[in-house]
Amino acid sequence: MPNTAISVSDLSKKYDDRLAVSHINFEVPLGTVCGFVGPNGSGKTTTMRMLLGLITPTTGQGHILGEPIEHPDKYLSQVGAMIEGPAFYPALSGYENLMVLAKLGGFPIERVQQLLDKVGLKERGKSKYKTYSLGMKQRLGIAAALLPEPKLLMLDEPTNGLDPEGIQEVRALLRDLANEGTTVFVSSHLLSELEIISDHIVMLRKGEIVFAGPIGELMAQQQPTIIAKSLNPSDLNRIVEIAEAAGHHAVIRNDTVHILAEMDWAVVLNRAAFDAGITLAQLAPQLPNLEETFFEMTGDK
Amino acid sequence: MLNVARAELRKLRRPTLFFGTMGAALFFTGLITSFTYLMIDSPRGNGDRGRTIGREVLGLATGSVNGFASVGGFLGIIALCVFAAQTAQEYTYGTLRNLLIRQPSRLKILFGKFISMKLFAIVMITVAAIVSIAISYLLAPGAKVKTDLWFTAAGFKAIFTTYINVSISVVAFGLVGMILGLLLRSPISAISLGVLWLLIVENLLIAVRSSLRNWLPGAQLSAIASGGETDLSYTHALTVGGMYVVVGVIVASVLFVRRDVAN
Repeated sequence: MPNTAISVSDLSKKYDDRLAVSHINFEVPLGTVCGFVGPNGSGKTTTMRMLLGLITPTTGQGHILGEPIEHPDKYLSQVGAMIEGPAFYPALSGYENLMVLAKLGGFPIERVQQLLDKVGLKERGKSKYKTYSLGMKQRLGIAAALLPEPKLLMLDEPTNGLDPEGIQEVRALLRDLANEGTTVFVSSHLLSELEIISDHIVMLRKGEIVFAGPIGELMAQQQPTIIAKSLNPSDLNRIVEIAEAAGHHAVIRNDTVHILAEMDWAVVLNRAAFDAGITLAQLAPQLPNLEETFFEMTGDK
Repeated sequence: MLNVARAELRKLRRPTLFFGTMGAALFFTGLITSFTYLMIDSPRGNGDRGRTIGREVLGLATGSVNGFASVGGFLGIIALCVFAAQTAQEYTYGTLRNLLIRQPSRLKILFGKFISMKLFAIVMITVAAIVSIAISYLLAPGAKVKTDLWFTAAGFKAIFTTYINVSISVVAFGLVGMILGLLLRSPISAISLGVLWLLIVENLLIAVRSSLRNWLPGAQLSAIASGGETDLSYTHALTVGGMYVVVGVIVASVLFVRRDVAN
């Protein structure tokens, strides 16, 4: 039994002269929630399609649950996926659409109703798909992905179109699945969402891997920031001077001073400000969030 | 593969598609079969392209299925539309990726779809055959056509033979639709091109050069339904028509298996 759900080595996809995915390498351990992060057009969906056997890689190798991606028939029965949004037959009901997929995969038909209940479509299961809101379509897509009781769940932007309550439900659902042993590989442009639920992160930019590994490892690499605000705005420049005198980089942003320093230096700053006659209204150490880390690593902002 | 066929049947049995298709098939069956008897004395003829099918011909053992054989081409066009739409819609709805995730063998997907659509076509052909023979039997006395030979052993043999020929023709038309659906990946384009070619382009080409009738695909498949025609033998139509379908199926299958599913 492999200990990685997904393993990718030197994987590339070239369309004509455009390299959509460029020699990427990463691993997703079994039983984790792995966030797949990157701006639009960074190659996330192309990578997922290659992993599901929908498109052929130009170079490289990949393994899903220990099986090579050249033979999707060997692993897809254990994989649930929703790629590039939900896609169903508009003239069929949600129930009928799931029945089509249940018949196709040879899954027990009782699961259809159970899954409609699970994703909150119990009342609308018999309505035609074309009458569904975007959020309901998304829920049906998640239900379809869960049909095979997957060991690996691959979801592409599953919270698109969902209201805050729906987003929270999906987040809880993914966490529950991971607790039950399902590996979840989920892409989203909402980095704050992924930060909350992910154990691992794979960051992609312009088809190349920026970071792949445990989210804790990524965040530990980032330098914390101390945010200081003086009662008197005219004292902000003096706070900057104190920080720079101690060898820390500091900038003023929106009536606050952002100082790149270890968290415990906040105590030193507090004392120095008091000695200089500056009254601090706010002094808070802050770790960069995933979004800020992403922009810092990719240099996009 | 049987799972694919079962899944496909759930889509094909939806009321709008099922009753819509059956309605169209019954409409053409009723219309063409009725014309054969109601216009038997018309100077403009009562058959294809102004041909006249006389009382003597209709009174033969093969008479009960004369109307049914004539309607074969129309049933074929209906099958072409259904097969093309059912195949190409997987691309336009983006549902092909769902199918391939659940059944990665692309040839099994194709074959399963074909089996279910063939069953659908067989139901349509069977209903059309029953209705056509019933209408013929009801209208025969009024048109002074004798029906004594229709339900003899020779008559039943003719019914069986015609049923098989129409089935081959209609399923072949359907396969052409499926091929167009796979190649064009759009129901509207596949149906438009198929119907435009069969109803207009082929007829124009034949009008300009009559010898082309022996080589164009629609003419071959229609000739199979009627068991061969005076200037186009059944064996020739079966061979040439079969070659068109086989080559088309091979090309479309290879493309379907190799092409990336990027939508």
